[in-house]
Formats: sequence, structure tokens, C-alpha cells
Amino acid sequence: MLIGLMSRLLSAHKGTVLAIVVLQLVQATANLLLPTLNAAIIDDGIIGGDTGEILHLGAWMAGIAAVQVITAVAAGYLGAVVAMEIGGQLRGELFAKVQSFSSQEVSAFGAPSLVTRATNDVAQIQNLAVLVFIMLIAAPAIFIGGIVLAVHQDVVLSWIVVVVIPVLTVIMTVIVRRLIPLYRQGQGLLDRIGRVLREQIIGANVIRGFVRQDHEVRRFDEANKDLTRNNLQSALLVAAMMPMIMFVVNISSVFVVWFGGHRIDAGEMRLGALTAFIAYILQILIAIMMAMYVFMTAPRAAACAERIRAVLDTEPAIADPAVPAGSAAAPAGGAADAGATDRSGAVEFRNVSFAYPGAEAPVLDGVSFTARAGTTTAIIGATGSGKTTLLNLLPRFLDATAGEISIGGDNVRAMPLDVLRGLMAIVPQQSYLFADTVAENLRLGAPAASEPELWQALEAAQAAEFVRALPLGLETPVSQGGTNFSGGERQRLCIARALLKRAPAYLFDDSFSALDYGTDVRLRAAIEPLLRSATVLIVAERVSTIVDAGLILVLEGGRVVAQGTHRELMESSPSYQEIAASQLVLEEAP
Amino acid sequence: MSRARAHRAGTVAGPGVPERIKWHTAARLLGLLLPLKWRMAGVIAATCAFVTLNVAAPKVLGDATDVVVDGFLGGSLDEQQLAERLLAVSAMYVGASLFSWIQGSLTATAVQRLSYGLRGSVEQKLHVLPSSHFEEQRRGDVLSRATNDVDNISQALNQLLNQLIMSVLMLSAALAMMLWLSPLLALIAVLSVPVSTVITVLVARHSQAHFKEQWSSTGALHAQLEEFFTGHEVVKAFGRQEESAASFRERNEKLTRSSTRAQYLSGIVQPLLVFVANLNYIAIAVVGALQVTAGLLTIGGIQAFVQFSRLFSQPVSQIGGMLTLVQSCLASAERVFELLDAPEIPADSAVPAVAANGAGKLRGATAARKFHVPRKSSNGRKPPAPPTPGDLLDPGAVAGRVTFEHVSFSYSPGTPVVKDLSFTVDPGQTVAIVGHTGAGKTTVVNLLMRFYELDSGRILVDSTDIATIPRDELRRAFGIVLQDAWLFTGSIRENIEYGRPGATDADIVAAARASHVDQFVRSLPAGYATMLGNDGDSLSRGQRQLVSIARAQIAGRNIMVLDEATSSVDSRTEVQIRHAMEQLRQGHTSFVIAHRLSTVRDADLILVMDHGRIVEHGTHQQLVARRGLYKDLYEAQFAGREQVPAVRKAEQ
Repeated sequence: MLIGLMSRLLSAHKGTVLAIVVLQLVQATANLLLPTLNAAIIDDGIIGGDTGEILHLGAWMAGIAAVQVITAVAAGYLGAVVAMEIGGQLRGELFAKVQSFSSQEVSAFGAPSLVTRATNDVAQIQNLAVLVFIMLIAAPAIFIGGIVLAVHQDVVLSWIVVVVIPVLTVIMTVIVRRLIPLYRQGQGLLDRIGRVLREQIIGANVIRGFVRQDHEVRRFDEANKDLTRNNLQSALLVAAMMPMIMFVVNISSVFVVWFGGHRIDAGEMRLGALTAFIAYILQILIAIMMAMYVFMTAPRAAACAERIRAVLDTEPAIADPAVPAGSAAAPAGGAADAGATDRSGAVEFRNVSFAYPGAEAPVLDGVSFTARAGTTTAIIGATGSGKTTLLNLLPRFLDATAGEISIGGDNVRAMPLDVLRGLMAIVPQQSYLFADTVAENLRLGAPAASEPELWQALEAAQAAEFVRALPLGLETPVSQGGTNFSGGERQRLCIARALLKRAPAYLFDDSFSALDYGTDVRLRAAIEPLLRSATVLIVAERVSTIVDAGLILVLEGGRVVAQGTHRELMESSPSYQEIAASQLVLEEAP
Repeated sequence: MSRARAHRAGTVAGPGVPERIKWHTAARLLGLLLPLKWRMAGVIAATCAFVTLNVAAPKVLGDATDVVVDGFLGGSLDEQQLAERLLAVSAMYVGASLFSWIQGSLTATAVQRLSYGLRGSVEQKLHVLPSSHFEEQRRGDVLSRATNDVDNISQALNQLLNQLIMSVLMLSAALAMMLWLSPLLALIAVLSVPVSTVITVLVARHSQAHFKEQWSSTGALHAQLEEFFTGHEVVKAFGRQEESAASFRERNEKLTRSSTRAQYLSGIVQPLLVFVANLNYIAIAVVGALQVTAGLLTIGGIQAFVQFSRLFSQPVSQIGGMLTLVQSCLASAERVFELLDAPEIPADSAVPAVAANGAGKLRGATAARKFHVPRKSSNGRKPPAPPTPGDLLDPGAVAGRVTFEHVSFSYSPGTPVVKDLSFTVDPGQTVAIVGHTGAGKTTVVNLLMRFYELDSGRILVDSTDIATIPRDELRRAFGIVLQDAWLFTGSIRENIEYGRPGATDADIVAAARASHVDQFVRSLPAGYATMLGNDGDSLSRGQRQLVSIARAQIAGRNIMVLDEATSSVDSRTEVQIRHAMEQLRQGHTSFVIAHRLSTVRDADLILVMDHGRIVEHGTHQQLVARRGLYKDLYEAQFAGREQVPAVRKAEQ
């Protein structure tokens, strides 16, 4: 997962990555050359008693150190650039992907989770990339360079290095392998702690009300103990690993002096090699530690990579048709030349079903109806009966799993999505406003709308009064999600926003629910003439909202159990009667 | 002291890292290690032993090298002496590793115990914090202190305790050895310290600005993504993908740019420090070599010195890195301590001072405002005897008479919410609390259940001042159903059982039946064992509220506090909720946050809230006759059906 993602992202930066590798190699080699020159100082300078040679070699060492720092800084710079560009690219890909998602996919991940993936998870990948460039690439260079130089100093003594490396690798592999699952498990336990605390904070009054504090303390303590146990285990493993590694490295320098001493005594090795060897082993140790550090951070990044890949690998269920509308592929072709504005908004559902993948029961099952242009069609039913789903099929926020939907005679699937969505103005159930001014929010659907037009729409949506009362009027900033307006105000602004977008079809998803009775009545009276020629689809809870609708669909468990006008349904449909009666019970209208 | 509002002023520290180290916070954090002092003494002893051995070993190894050098120069190798020295070195290294392992293990257990304790005390603190901490706008802050900050402390401490002691000791030991071997070379090594420090500080100062920019652009991008992802349907419905993609690209590029700069600048420190260390190494090699030729040092001495200088420069750069860690750890510690120090709910045993100071206040206005529920006010109850502290209330035998006597209360000083409110509710009566969304309708409930304490006046349940009843005792008399039906992660059965621990299956099913829960639970594949997820999302809002009614039902309390459903509940489910609530109210004194005309009209007393204050009270007829806010409210709100979909802010 992680490797696949990384290599795909890096493939766009091949040249830079290559440069980083080369720079790191030079940097590592330079670092390794220093002990070699130090050995020469001992052999040629000290033993030979040549002060000039010592200074000469010292100058060389300084030069090499300068090369080392320059290459290391350059590698660091390129590493930062590539890592951050990867991050930027990944965020861009995620954003583009989410834009292509249908509502179904967005809600499957959850918007907050998608945000986390595009920010925190990407940051983790970014950090890992930095580590890889700075540490991981340098490690094999030091590794190999260390061995080469050791062999160069003395072939026979090099076997110590050759033995030490696998021993260290084994120790670390064994421990890190046990550590990684522990870390992963630890993350889960940490999440559990967070969840319990979250519940306790949000439910504080309930807990106190039922006097269950002791129970909560116990519940938390269990989670706390589990987490502590896990953390302790991993900390103890790390505590055991470090001394083992140190021991191996240190003992090997003892061996170097012992065997080296004998070889020097026998005249088979130069004196300086002894010091150089000890330095090499230290360098190799540092390289291994760096690599290990990267590997220990990898599991976390791997989990993030999985989460990111899950988004990127999701094929959006809904996409533009391969062949544009009007071609032979469009079943209902023929009306291709009609522009969006003068198209008819007549909507037809033919035997439409919708089921979430893997779900047993369909959300919608065999829904058929026709909403003619210039009429209002209302959909009523219990929560969970599929009303919103039905409405979401038309702009293809979701795609029907069976059946056919057409608007203005064209199959919705045969149209490019932006053309299709251009045909309708939607007031969603969640009155979502953006962090911008009121005016800009209203202009979302009609960027060119003039100020008088905005006021006209506000007037119709019964929103003019409160907007006018705002000190900044149309220029009042809206906070994110529109939270500085009440539910009813938000709903009216959303309605005004939709009214500004002249479209053949208008969809209202439970859009009058936050309005009090009087406003509801006035609003519907005001918008009625504006929508006279359009096809209007309304999802509603209140029977009173829809009495005048030309067609009412009663939805129950995803099926249309009855359709007709209010009067017809009051006579024929027990479900409709029940809904109306329950509201009467609740209203007890005088 | 007993004013909950005192904490509202509590500072909400930003995420920034403080400029200076806060010593008192550091001292307090270390103080947490006090119970573990023997363990910590062990850690220090083991570290000392490790450092001594680790520093002595290179010296002996250097001596061993000198034996080889002597052999090389003098003709024959003294194998005996070499073996002895190398064995000594090996023994030292064995010892060093052993002590290092002991040190690591002791530290690990100490840190884990500390973290366990810290998490535990934060959690227990949550149960004694005044309710003001759990208001919506403060929850996020409390939560982040309890999770992120505690976690940060535990991780940072693990690293710090492991490395800081070690680094400091290693630094001083290596320095001592170097001074002993060659003061001149030691001076060269020490010179590298200020150079490294200056580099670190300079770069840090430079990169700080870029880090800030990185954080702020991360924040901006985060907000934008949240908006686009949450409102994606709107974006699509209005065909604004291009525009939003363009503005995203702009912010994304800005973030990429600023983070590249920050990363690069902070990444430059490491190579520069390596460079300083290398220069140091070269200086030692050259000067050392010159000293050897001058006969002032041996080759083994140089070798040992090179090792020491590495032992010396490594902690120097580590300590630099640890300083940032210390700062972020202390910032978190400060936030956690603030939480731990937040004033608690006053202990139950304390005689509440308010009972005393409330007596003489505002007597003048009393007569006019005194209000009794007409139907049973003729009972002629005698004024209750002055309560004695510790008066016990038998929750099972509470009749349910509730009296507010001159109650005054404010959430924050200067803005009274309730002013000299007096009323009496007789057993079995219903109080309806009405008002706009956000008018503070839960205030009366908060006072009644002592989630908040009064400023003055008193509230009596039966004839006992609730201030004298231990809170938990008092609350055992109440059954509550809140609109935001808080259910916890667990099965439906467990959530119902929450009301009465140890309830039998039969009891649970009976309560579920009475609350219309049974019928939908039976249609779930796992029945009562169905797990409720994070926020109970496998049930609809209406169903969740029914479960919380069942929970209150099984608790069998005598005074009911109910919040009627308003949102996202279809009318038939709502009828069920209403029935279930009516059942719950049967024969019990009830306080209902009412959204239904019928509930309001039939209530024995209506409290009308506006902008957080009780502005009117009386019966339906009285209030309508008064032509005040209630009349407007009644016409606007109850003539039609109020239905406010809670637009849940998708945070986090």
C-alpha cells in the first residue's frame, strides 16, 4: 500500500529523486572518507613524524567535510521540495476524487473523515517522505560505503564488519516485527480512550442524572489499563533493543583491536586502519539506527496510506456518460439540440430502484411516476422511507440501481452531469451556506445576478426582512456552514439561492420544515408564480405544505404505496390518512 | 467559590508553543514522579553506572590500542596485556548494556504509570467539573485537553526521561574524560557547543515564521476542505466545481510552498550540526596528531578522544532537539493542569453559602412575583423548617413537590438568567418550559438537578432544600430524557440497563415495550444486542430518543425531566415518543421542555424563556390573557408545527 503509493507519486519526480540519491551517496562517502584520512594521518603523519603531512591531510579532511555539508544541505533541500510536492499532489488528487464522488461515497467515508485524510494523513505521508530522503536513502550508502572502505583498509579484518551487520539486522528485525503490531494496536486503544472521554464529556449531564459516575470511571479505567499495558510492552521492547545493539557494536570494536593488533604485529596491516575501523563501525551503526527509525514511523504512515488509497481507489459510481447526450447511445436521444433554458423540466421515473451496495433491502423499490412541467409533485412518508434518496437520484447525486429516470425526455445518464444539474435548482435538506457574504452565497447559482434581483429573490423567500435588518445587509459575512443564522433563516436563504437560478425543475428537500406556519404559507404563496412553468418536486413532512400539490406520492419502505391528490388520498390511502391523523394529533389545530 | 461561572473566565490556551520554559509547570510535572521516587532513583543510579562504564571503556580500549602501537614500534606485541585490557573493555561493555537495559525498563514503567495516573485523574476530574465545562462551545477544548494533551505529555515524557538524563550525564562524563586526556583538545570540543547552539537558534528563529505560515495555511485549507466536502451536494447542484477547485488549488499551492520552506529550513540544522561535529573531529585528528608527534599524547589516546568527542557531540545535538519537545510537553502540561485545577463542584457536605446570603435579598419584589400553581395552592403548606445539613432524601419515597423560593441565578456575572423566581409544583403536576431555540430552556433543569448552583434563594424537593442533599442522592430522584439522546457505545440492552444497573431481561423488555422500543428492536437482526456506534447512528434520531425514554422508564424515578422531540423525527414516530413520554409522566412531577401545543396547554405551569431569561410564567390561560411574549410565541410557534432540523456542524 504505502510503497505502491510512494513509488507512484515519486515517479513524477524521477530526476530529483535521482539527484537526491546521488547527493546522499556523495554525502555519505565524504563522511566515511574522514576516518580513512584520519588513518592516513596516523600512518603517514604520526608514525612518519611528518607534521606537514598531518596538516596537508587535515586540509583535505576539511575540504571533504565542506563537500559533505554542501551535498547534505542540497539533498535536504531537494528532499523537502519533493516531499512537500508529493503532499500537495496527494491533496490535489484527493480533492479531485472527492469532487467526483456521489453523495453515497461521500457519506460512506463521512465528510470529516475525508477532511482528515486530505490533511493529517497526507501530512504523515509527507513526513515519512522527508525521513526517507534524509535518512533512509543515506543508510544503504553508508552501509555499502562503510563495507567498501573497510575492505579497502584491510580485507581480513573486514569480516568483523560483515558479521556485525547481519547480527544487528536480525536483532532489529525480530524486535521491530513485534513492535509494529503493538504500535498499531496501541493506536486503536488510544482511539478507544478518546471515544470514552468524548462520550463522557458530551453525556456529562446524563451520566450525572443517572448517577453512573462510578460505572464510567470503571469503564475508562479498563480502557486506560489496556492502553498502558500495550504502551509498556512496546516501551520495554525498545528498552531491550538499544542495549543489545550497543553491545554488539562495542564488542566488535574490541574484536577489531584484538585481531587488528595481531595483524599489525604480523606486519599485515597498517596501524591507522585500527582507528579507521572503529569509526566505520560507528558510522554503520548510525546508519542502521536511522533506517530503523524510519521503519518504526512507517507503520503509522502505512495506515494513513491505506486510508488515502481507500479514497483514491474508490471508483465514483457516477460519471459523465462516455458518449455525450444526443448520440446513438442515449436511449431517449433526439432532443440534444435543446439548450438548458428552454428544455422542458418534465420528470419521469420508470420502475426505479435504489439499493446501497451490500444492503439487503433496497431503499427504493420500483418507483414510477411522472411529474409534468408546470405542476408540483410532493413526496411524503416516514423518516427512512426513501424520500431524500428519491430526490437525489434526479441530479445524480446517487444513481438508480435499476429503472430509468428522464428529465425533459432525456435519460439523466445520457447527459453530461453539469448539463443535467444545470436543469435544476435544488434546496437541500441540510441548509448549507458557505463562509462568504450573503450576496455571494445567493449568487452561487446565478453569478451575474444584480442586487435588485437578489432582493427580489429574498423577498419571495421571506428573507428580505431579516437580511435588511442586518447591519451589513447583503454583505454580511456568513460563518462556515451558516451557523450565524438560525435554522429558519438558513432555510430561507437557501430557497432564495435556488430561486435565483432559473431552471426548468426545482427540488425542495424538506425545505419548509424550520419555518413557522405563517412564514411557510406566505413563502409558498410568493414563490408560486415564479415556479409556475417549472416542474417542482417537494419532499415534505407536513401534510399542510402539500395539500395543493398536483400529485402526492406516499412513500413507505421505499415503495410508492399511493399517489394522487390530497383529496383522493384522504379517501383511498390508509397510510396517508395515518400520516395526516398523526399530525392532527400533534397539532391539535383549533 | 460555589459559582460555576467562575470557570467561564478560564483561559483557553491557543495551540502555540510558549516562548519560555515554564518552570513551575515543569516542577509540577516532575512532582508527579514523586510517588515513583525510588524507581526514579534506580533510573538515575543505573544511568550513572551506564555512563561511567560507557565513558571508561573507550579509554581502556585506547590503552589497548597503545599496547598494539607499542608492539608495532617496539617489535613484539604484549599479548597478555592486550588480552587483559580487551577483557576489561568487554566486561565494561557488558555492564554498560545491562545498566542501559535496566535504566530503559525502569523509565518505561515509570512513564507508563505516570501516564496511566494522569489519564485517570483527568477522567475523574471530568466527573467533578461543574456543568459549565460541558457546554457545547467548551466541549472541544475539554476533550482536546483530555486526549491530545495528555497523549502528548506521555509521549514526550517517554522520550525526555529516557534521553535527557542520559544526555546530560553523558555530556558531563565525556567532557571530564576529555579534560583529563587533553585539556587542549577538550577546549576544541567544547568550542563546538556554542557554535552548534548559535546555528540552531538562528535557523529556528528563521524557520519559525515559515512554520507559523505553514500552520495557518494548513488551518485555512482544513476549513476550506471541510466546507467543500460537507457542502459537496450544493457545490455540485450549482455547478461550482471549477470555482471551488480553483480556490482549493490556490490554497494547496500556498500550503505546499510554505511547508517546503519550513521543512527545508528546519532540515538544514542537522547537516550543519554534522558539519560542526566533523570540523571538531578534524581538529582533534590534526591537533591530536601534532601532539602525538610532540610526545604529549598517544595514538590510543587520540582514538579514545575521537570516541569521546562523538559521545560528547551527540548529546549536544540531542539536547537541542529535546528543547522543542520540552516546550511542547510543557505547553500541554499547562493545559492539562489548568483542567485539573479548575474549580470543582463544591463538596456535598459543605453547607452552601448561598442558603445564607440569599435570605435578605430583594425582599421587596417578592410579593408581586410570588406565584403558586392555582389548583393545589390552597393546601396551605407550612413553610419548611430550616434544613439541616445532610438531610436525607429517600429517592424511592420522593413525593415530588418542588418549590422554587426567590431563586436567582446567572451563568455569567451581570446577566441574570433567573431573578427572584418563586413557584411551587405539587406532586404529579407538569411544568412546561417554552421559548425559542437557544432561549436557555434547560436552565431550570440545570438548577433543579444541581448541574449549576444557585446564586441566591433555594429550591426544595418535598420539603428539603436540595442544597443540603448530596447531589447523587438528589439526582436519584430524577429520570431524564434529553433531546440529544446521548447513548454510549454498547448494545441497546446495555444502554437501557444504564438506567438501572443489573436490571433483568424481563425488566428491560417491559421498559422497552412501554417505550415503543421493543417493536423496532425486534426487527433488528441482532435485536437487543445490536451495537450502537459512535453516536448511535444505527438508529434514527427518533428511535434513539425512544431508547433514552426506555432508559428513564427502567430507572423508575419520581420526578421527570423531559425534552420533547422536535427535529428529524417523522410524525408517526413522534406520536410514539409522545405516548411514551406521557406514560413516563404518569403520576410523576414533570418538567418538560415543550414543543407541543398539547403539552403546553395542559401544563400546570408554563415558564417562558427568552434570551436566556425566564420572562413570564403562569398557566396557558393566564399567559394568553397577558398578551406578552407567550402569546406571540404561541401564535408563531404552535399554530404551525415547529420543526428545526439540527444542522449538525460536522466538526473534527
